[in-house]
Amino acid sequence: MAVLRLKFTKNERDKLAQVLWILNWISVLTGILLFSLGLFLKVEINKRGELMAERDIQYVPNMLIAVGLIACAINFLGGKICYDCVDTNKFLRWKLIMLPYIICTFFFTFCVLVGALMCYSMRGELEESLNLGLTEAIRFYKDTDTPGRCFLKRTVDMLQMEFHCCGNNGYKDWFQIQWISNRYLDMSQKEVVDRLRSNVEGKYLMSGVPFSCCNLNSPRPCIQQHVTNNSAHFNYEHQTEALNLWMRGCREALLEYYTHIMQSIGLTVLLTWLFEVMDACLSVLTGVRYLQTSLENVLRQGDLNSESDGWLLENSFMETARTNLNIIKCLGKGNQIDTANNGDPNINVPSTSKAHYGPDNVPLKEIPEAS
Amino acid sequence: MPFMPVKFNLQKRVKLAQGLWMIYWLSVIVGILLFSLGIFFKIELRKRSEMMDNNESHLVPNLLILVGLLACGVNAFGGKVCHDSLDPIKFAKWKPMLKPFLLLCCGFNALLLLTALLCFLMQFAVYLTLAEGLKNSIKFYKDTDTPGRCFMKRTLDLTQIEFRCCGNNNFRDWFEVQWISNRYLDMSNDLVKDRVLSNVEGKYLMDSVPFSCCNPGSPRPCIQHHLTNNSAHYDYDHRIEELNIWTRGCREALFSYFSSMMTSIGVLIIATIILESVDMAGLKYLTTALETMEDPENPECESDGWLLEKGVKETFGDLLAKLKTLGKTNQVVEGGDAPEAAN
Repeated sequence: MAVLRLKFTKNERDKLAQVLWILNWISVLTGILLFSLGLFLKVEINKRGELMAERDIQYVPNMLIAVGLIACAINFLGGKICYDCVDTNKFLRWKLIMLPYIICTFFFTFCVLVGALMCYSMRGELEESLNLGLTEAIRFYKDTDTPGRCFLKRTVDMLQMEFHCCGNNGYKDWFQIQWISNRYLDMSQKEVVDRLRSNVEGKYLMSGVPFSCCNLNSPRPCIQQHVTNNSAHFNYEHQTEALNLWMRGCREALLEYYTHIMQSIGLTVLLTWLFEVMDACLSVLTGVRYLQTSLENVLRQGDLNSESDGWLLENSFMETARTNLNIIKCLGKGNQIDTANNGDPNINVPSTSKAHYGPDNVPLKEIPEAS
Repeated sequence: MPFMPVKFNLQKRVKLAQGLWMIYWLSVIVGILLFSLGIFFKIELRKRSEMMDNNESHLVPNLLILVGLLACGVNAFGGKVCHDSLDPIKFAKWKPMLKPFLLLCCGFNALLLLTALLCFLMQFAVYLTLAEGLKNSIKFYKDTDTPGRCFMKRTLDLTQIEFRCCGNNNFRDWFEVQWISNRYLDMSNDLVKDRVLSNVEGKYLMDSVPFSCCNPGSPRPCIQHHLTNNSAHYDYDHRIEELNIWTRGCREALFSYFSSMMTSIGVLIIATIILESVDMAGLKYLTTALETMEDPENPECESDGWLLEKGVKETFGDLLAKLKTLGKTNQVVEGGDAPEAAN
């Protein structure tokens, strides 16, 4: 009693193979999509690599790239199989690979799901990395003469202008570090010397921010120096002034940007996973299984153009489960000494499972021995 | 004597029809490209219209949009004709429309030529509009409380940051206008009063620039104020300092941006003209090859195709004669009227 037995004519077999082929090519396209999403994420992370401390966040785009490439490979192979299925001669080549292929597809769809979930889990690591990276970047803002850090000033300025942010948590971060290099400070002036001496570490600290923190939307020209000193500027109160400088911190701005990208990528990958699952279950399992069984039956009958039956499982669910359990039990028993035949495993033990003689289950006639 | 005759057998006709069909569809794609370039150009002009005093001419983008749509339509029709050309029943439908269609294509090519010419010539108009518009923008930078000019400051700051430029010709344009509003000047302060009184128009002028002129690539923090005063800053010489603020003027920056856009569009239009001419020639060959088949029932027969039925000079002579007769039908023929009047 086969599970879901269907009859297939040659035309229907061909059509089934063609539909599977088309589905596999669409899956190749989704594989390319996954690959390019991974590549895009990698490029975006590397663009701001200077601002991120060393953290293990490269695994997400690398996983996506790998999964995308594997998707292309598996689906390309599947497409080739379906293409060859139409021709029974070529089908014989692939007969043995069909079942491993189905298992691989299952495993692969699981990988896609893992990839999608990883996109959402990256956020914590990213925040930590950005926090450390931005603190370092602000500290080294003034070191435009140190090789390896020449362009950090430019990077930070462009970042603040592009993302409309200032400092790590807020603009007050700039008050705690010296962002003007000593090369441009006139050490002969009394004020400069006083300021340097006023703190333990001998840093030139002031309540000023770089020009890149200036808010474009402000109706008045930007106030960069003496930001917290109300009397230094006419008609100015720093507690209520919200439009003068960018109020948001750059860590928050960058995190929001990357979270947005990763959410979109994660959503796309989840949708791709759903598509792959449907593709795998409906078409690969059922379609390929039907194709496999019907072609096997065709070969058994010997007539290439005839109708044949295709099914999901040869016997009912219960019998197949029982057979598989027995196989597993025998595997387990293979290591134990069998006391029934005096411990000799080579004595012939009658088989407990029924022999299968094709769809009609009629035993073959014995061939008379030539005398 | 036909001009450039070519002999066609069935295979050649089929190949010509197929090749021409593909070229027509390529032309449709080019038409879509022209249409989208027209829209892109229009959007760019709108984005920067505040810099041009809202005075800019939208002639070129509008013409591009029109030309793009026409190209799509004309070439799609041509493609359909080619597709049907090998089936005599379907082709008979299109036969009477072919002569007007080819004349329309000629007119369309002339329109394309005019558009290309405009693309190159209108650049001067853009330059002049930019010069005038930027001068006014800098003048109205401080008027963030005047309705209609609230966002001039923001737009100008954004433009200077995006195009890496400062002022109209260069940064000294900022020295000639008051770019800090009186609302933020402490009029009770003596320094402020002196400065305001120091010039005829009572403007608060100073040798400073807004923050958007600052160059992020400078190794030292940006010097915005007292730019021409070397002693106001440590280790600073304004004559040799190039990295502090952007040295290019915004008029030059914006003009080079628009000019490169218009030049590339003009080159694309010239390529389109060549493509359209190839289309027209192909269609003429195909239609003449199909018309001169001796035995319409037998598709295998040979036929001739040509570009012009008579030579170039003769065709022009005929055209001129036709134009003359068109003009003459409106004139009164003197000889015929006199006897009528006499009667």
